[in-house]
Amino acid sequence: MTTATQPAASRPGAPAAPAIRVQGVEKSFKDLQVLKAVDFDVAKGSIFALLGSNGAGKTTLVNILSTLMKSDAGTATVEGFDVADSPGDVRRSISLTGQFAAVDEVLTGRENLVLVARLRHQKDPGRIADDLLARFSLTDAGDRRAATYSGGMRRRLDIAMSLIGDPPVVFLDEPTTGLDPQARIEVWQTVKALADGGTTVLLTTQYLDEAEQLADRIAILHEGVIIRNGTLAELKRLLPAAKVEYVEKQPSLEEVFLALVGEPAQAGEPAASVPTAPAAPSTKESR
Amino acid sequence: MTTHVLSDTRVLTARSLTHIVRSPDTIITTAVTPIALMLLFVYVFGGAIQTGGTESYIDYMLPGILLITIASGVAYTAYRLFLDLQGGIFQRFQSMPIARSSVLWGHVLTSLVANLVSVAIVVGVAFIMGFRTGASVGAWLAVIGILVLFTLALTWIAVIAGLSAKTVDGASAFSYPLIFLPFISSAFVPTDSMPGPVAWFAENQPVTSIVDTTRALFAGQPVGTDIWVALAWLVGIMAVAFVLAMRIYRRKAA
Repeated sequence: MTTATQPAASRPGAPAAPAIRVQGVEKSFKDLQVLKAVDFDVAKGSIFALLGSNGAGKTTLVNILSTLMKSDAGTATVEGFDVADSPGDVRRSISLTGQFAAVDEVLTGRENLVLVARLRHQKDPGRIADDLLARFSLTDAGDRRAATYSGGMRRRLDIAMSLIGDPPVVFLDEPTTGLDPQARIEVWQTVKALADGGTTVLLTTQYLDEAEQLADRIAILHEGVIIRNGTLAELKRLLPAAKVEYVEKQPSLEEVFLALVGEPAQAGEPAASVPTAPAAPSTKESR
Repeated sequence: MTTHVLSDTRVLTARSLTHIVRSPDTIITTAVTPIALMLLFVYVFGGAIQTGGTESYIDYMLPGILLITIASGVAYTAYRLFLDLQGGIFQRFQSMPIARSSVLWGHVLTSLVANLVSVAIVVGVAFIMGFRTGASVGAWLAVIGILVLFTLALTWIAVIAGLSAKTVDGASAFSYPLIFLPFISSAFVPTDSMPGPVAWFAENQPVTSIVDTTRALFAGQPVGTDIWVALAWLVGIMAVAFVLAMRIYRRKAA
């Protein structure tokens, strides 16, 4: 229990209720205990990264929070709704972008967006689709079947589908696994823009730099337990103070690659063709 | 949420119908095997088969061929459902505020439409090959009704297969025994020509009553009690398969 987060309410200026609250959640598959008493809170409008290696239980946790799975013990609430008692309200408040891009390959990008807009009972699905295609630089590919998309385009479409209806909480399960460096940076910019627009983002990742780049708070999930939970600065303080050394800075291969192909190396720099702030598409519900 | 069952089902049915329109080979493949069987039976075996009636052989065997068409067509329903489960889009739908049963109903209604199109193609070819019927409008409607029930009953079996399959091949394997069932029935030869135990099985399995009813309707003859036996089988199979499918679905979607 010593690893549990302080509730967001105790932080000055933070709103009283966290967007996500997980308390004592346990889950086993047959004899294998995947989650052992997991606790954490996610403040509204923040980016929270669950960091862990493969098999740490990240996806299981996301599946419980998105009502796809039931926990064996403990409680979890999303936007104040209990995931076990009012799954319908939770589903209205969230969207899930799973580990594998869940797009319909037979449909075009635009048709995928229209499909989700219709299922979320939005007015004017066609306009929502066109807005999102523009926001995610997919307008030119909008009338092509999703099967022809590259990994990055597919993931962008996947995230765009998740944003329809402006859910206040977005789960991204390993959003950049399998993407090339440029596509990764595009996804990062999208995630940052989401949080800037007030959306709460919970993402899972096995990449340390991804958590470092994006997250307001990072929780390390290891063998079913949150072993550390804090801001990047707090986590860094866990190790002895940095020793000052003078080294010649060698560019990383990623920097070299990005310089050669002419992409910005910093995720924070908005490129002209990339999604900017989430100018919310018209929706029935307001935040 | 339940208020959206109809509109969600409509949206999801439109989605999977788009899949069929974009790969019409699934309908054509479904129709090709029954058509080949029809050619084989009419032009190769048919001359040697004594049905004991006055009708031409194609009139005799068409009802069985239509059932084979549907039995092979529902394999695609299991296949499409399985692909949805594999691809992650099923999870996306499950995490959205939609009526959950609409995900299944979309596939079921698509199956109905696709199979009726395949059946229409086969009937068209049968007409070219000399199939003739004196059926009234009412008899035609009764035939369509029986085929719709048969499709729904087999589709719910396909849903069970699609939801519980581990591999693509496994998803469609269930249809082979269903395709084979008409051969051990009155569909191609009269059951009294079969040896005792086989004849007993043939006379008491669902296909025979369905085939006999459909054949009588096409011929403009009274259906007798066959139609009630057929309806009891169809409704019974459909109800059991529906309950099982929904139970598996709820466990999957928990």
